[in-house]
Amino acid sequence: MRELSLQVLDLVRNSIEAGATQVALAITEDFTADRLTIEIRDNGRGMNSEECRRALDPFVTSNQTRKAGVGLGLPLVDMYTRQCGGCLSLESSPGKGTTVKAVYQHSHLDRPPLGSMTETVKAIIIGNPKLDFRYSHTVGQRTFCVTTYELTGILGDIPLTHPDVLIWITDYLSGHFNYLYGGGPGENH
Amino acid sequence: MKTIEDLKRLREQVQSDTRLRYTTGTKIIIGMGTCGIAAGAREVMSAVLDEIAKRHLQDVTVTQTGCIGMCEKEVLLDVVRPGEDRITYGKVTPELVPQIIAEHVVNGRILEELVVGKFSE
Repeated sequence: MRELSLQVLDLVRNSIEAGATQVALAITEDFTADRLTIEIRDNGRGMNSEECRRALDPFVTSNQTRKAGVGLGLPLVDMYTRQCGGCLSLESSPGKGTTVKAVYQHSHLDRPPLGSMTETVKAIIIGNPKLDFRYSHTVGQRTFCVTTYELTGILGDIPLTHPDVLIWITDYLSGHFNYLYGGGPGENH
Repeated sequence: MKTIEDLKRLREQVQSDTRLRYTTGTKIIIGMGTCGIAAGAREVMSAVLDEIAKRHLQDVTVTQTGCIGMCEKEVLLDVVRPGEDRITYGKVTPELVPQIIAEHVVNGRILEELVVGKFSE
């Protein structure tokens, strides 16, 4: 998974499978501190300290529905952050939700490209229409923020998969990502 | 650049369109566990959304699910037409998506050679 946007999609899936109804995703690209930070905060069932420790073990899964399930998301991201001069932190308590924070050195040669956040955010918003999802992305001085609360509030009973809405969402997201990277071609384009 | 105001205008426009039907539609479910994402599930989902927009399909919903334990057959894509069996397609690529939408979602013909599972709901 050599694209950070795919790792993000995987981590948000974890939150949903932990029963989260609210997920806040924040990406911060700080060039002064040379840091790229991905933070995912959810209101899922949460984990105790023992479960947090096991969540980073690639040979353990908490999946109850089948014996062998792939739950490599966190161990993979943990590995990538450490390869890129960063670290992964997990903050969680049972019943209160979980916050995952992945920090990478922005300029590190081995840091995977961010990839298409347009596709990732679109997949999260459309594939989980009942999820209260908040996305914010800061690149240097520029910030973009979108919430599903705002979109579904405007749309009312019109579904997110309405063809005209799909076209609007794609243009809206890609337009704002363009803006984030100075309006010109950023690393994602 | 598209704005929130454009979305509000779009709502007015769509609401005035009386040919809409929402509730009885077909469901498309895409497996998006770690295995699915690594196998290209996000690209398959994009292809599905593009195809819905292109064909202007107004009664199809797209949702995600996690890993269901058939990781070697990822990307997995389910099609559930109202009142019919749930059909699971395996090893789906973005290139196969237009065919699945045209044959199964629109015309109701199951692509037997791609099917890995069938469930009666």
